[in-house]
Amino acid sequence: MSENLIVPTMAEMLAQGKQPEVLFWVGCAGSFDDRAKKITKAFVRILNRANVPFAVLGTEESCTGDPAKRAGNEFLFQMQAMMNIEVLNGYEAKKIVTACPHCFNTLKNEYPELGGKYEVIHHTEFLKSLLDTGRLTIEGGQFKGKKITFHDPCYLGRANNVYEAPRDLISKLDAELVEMKRSKVNGLCCGAGGAQMFKDAEPGNKEVNVLRTEDALEVQPNIIATGCPFCNTMMTDGIKNKEKEADVKVMDIAELIANAQDL
Amino acid sequence: MSYLDNILFAIVLIIGFGYFFNNIKKIIRNINLGIDVDRKDNPSSRWKNMAMIALGQSKMVKRPIAGALHIVVYLGFIIINIELVEIIIDGLFGTHRIFAFLGTAYNVLIGSFEILAFLVLVAVTVFWIRRNIVRLKRFMNPEMKGFPKSDANYILYFEMVLMTLFLLMNASDLHLQNVPGGFSHFIQAGSFPISQFIEPLFNGMSNEFVMLLTEIFWWLHIVGILVFMNYLYFSKHLHILLAFPNTYFANLKPLGQFDNLEAVTTEVKMMMDPNADPFAAAPAPVEGELPAKFGASDIQDLNWVQLLNAYTCTECGRCTSSCPANQTGKKLSPRKIMMDTRDRMEEVGKNIDANKGVFIPDNKTLLNDYITPEELWACTSCNACVEECPVNISPLSIIMDMRRYLVMEQSAAPMPLNAMMTNIENNGAPWQFNQQDRLNWKNED
Ligand code: SF4
Ligand code: SF4
Repeated sequence: MSENLIVPTMAEMLAQGKQPEVLFWVGCAGSFDDRAKKITKAFVRILNRANVPFAVLGTEESCTGDPAKRAGNEFLFQMQAMMNIEVLNGYEAKKIVTACPHCFNTLKNEYPELGGKYEVIHHTEFLKSLLDTGRLTIEGGQFKGKKITFHDPCYLGRANNVYEAPRDLISKLDAELVEMKRSKVNGLCCGAGGAQMFKDAEPGNKEVNVLRTEDALEVQPNIIATGCPFCNTMMTDGIKNKEKEADVKVMDIAELIANAQDL
Repeated sequence: MSYLDNILFAIVLIIGFGYFFNNIKKIIRNINLGIDVDRKDNPSSRWKNMAMIALGQSKMVKRPIAGALHIVVYLGFIIINIELVEIIIDGLFGTHRIFAFLGTAYNVLIGSFEILAFLVLVAVTVFWIRRNIVRLKRFMNPEMKGFPKSDANYILYFEMVLMTLFLLMNASDLHLQNVPGGFSHFIQAGSFPISQFIEPLFNGMSNEFVMLLTEIFWWLHIVGILVFMNYLYFSKHLHILLAFPNTYFANLKPLGQFDNLEAVTTEVKMMMDPNADPFAAAPAPVEGELPAKFGASDIQDLNWVQLLNAYTCTECGRCTSSCPANQTGKKLSPRKIMMDTRDRMEEVGKNIDANKGVFIPDNKTLLNDYITPEELWACTSCNACVEECPVNISPLSIIMDMRRYLVMEQSAAPMPLNAMMTNIENNGAPWQFNQQDRLNWKNED
């Protein structure tokens, strides 16, 4: 172990008779994808720094079923949902935070009808609340004067109307927030949603992520900020496609904040 | 003689409205082919949506030019319909400008009708230019060939002709009002800010001839309106009526929330229930009830709101122009999904009409015969189309229901998606990783 991340599991908490303030739902990407794991760790570093009592499900976590549902496999989705709900209810989970808008949307909107009622928040909203209550402070530091543009994830923005939290966080970094010509409700998809991440694109004349990267490059940012592990992958691939890796970085909001803190 | 006129007018009215209501009945019948879904909750937000979006055109103005022009045509339509009340009364009772007794108010009314009629002419001309000369991209998609293209133009021509007739009618009337000593029953009433400039056209014609022209304009105008009203049924112009119920019944939940199929919930619960007898036979289906089908392959599997959506679609293409799949050259066009659904619904409706009220299977379905799996699989479920639609239509909900049919009834997902689903089933993740490794990141560099 090269760094000291404190990541208790719900099972450990329960054994100590404790209930965490929030359950951090890591998600499949956050658990297994090499790039997304960095986002997970950045977020945990911030939680550790702010002394937030949190826990993860660890090996008890399973896919929320979002990609199955968007692909049309309602059976598989509901099986996943019911198994997860059983686990979550077993731990009497109340408040869940997640860095994946797909998990966020599914847990928040689709689980309640199946018996899983929780307060679900996206990590950008949670980080903002930490700042607002003074549990976390950040300074612009290395991002001062940098141009940052934010790509709205469809399942956070249009699907759930969360537009301001990530923007507030960026402005706290003393960075210059530049908006793409299509942003907020008019944002363009990165191309990964609806289970597209897991299949080849239908024939066309361009990849969606390349088109979206062009939107971003138009405003000449130093950093493209994301709030979704899938968007992150798509935009990173787009930047590579445009051979701009040297000039433009793609970073999750959690990473921006962790970096500003030198965490 | 003049009684003949009134009777003829009454007959024309009865035919016009009779045919219209007959077609409205068909629309309602066709919409009811869809399965039931409850949209009665939360009436206050529903009324609010309708007031803002249908009446207030709040989503139209997101594209300012089209929005502003649309509002002019829309206001013109509503206000000139008030004039229609007078026309009908005059026609039925042989009166002339029955509301003239309102005096100044009447002048203001007629004056504003005229100005609106003129503005409508301008707006409609700009619309025509955008479609036929500037050729805006979203009007040029493949699904906009043939009737859909001419339909849009017919509507514009109709409006041009009707507005011109209205102004000509007023101009010739004004001409007769000004005959020294008065002419027949053409009393002095109304104010004519626009048609006063057309009036000199009639100088030098005999009074009797101008009177004949007035009658002709009047008749053409009212008959034109009736024909136009009946044309709605065949046209995307139906939205002027259906936008209201459509926005009222539109989805109020967060756009990301897809419905949880109830039939599936029951089955999954049974599968997961440790006490359930795995060898028990499935409960026998209720007599006369079709076994539940998962997802949608034809219009009867969609719900009535989706079918109402299809009739309401104005084919404006705002959805398609914002669709990431369409922008990157894929076959998917959310507008086409709506147009196909309506076409298929009409086809099924005609089949029912031809077969004394029952649908005789025609070996066709909305899926495959109209909408191909390739279109369906290109959707990223991003909701851009839903957000854009000025009348709150959700093409995405139809796409999802058809994907469900492909996957759950036909196991016809693209191969990589099958792999993804197998992984979720076996490992609890869309990739081939072991669930036991879920926390490994904690100790990795
Ligand atoms: S939800 Fe699907 S159809 Fe609608 S805009 Fe997005 S990709 Fe296109
Ligand atoms: S679905 Fe809505 S946005 Fe799309 S063409 Fe029809 S009316 Fe226009």
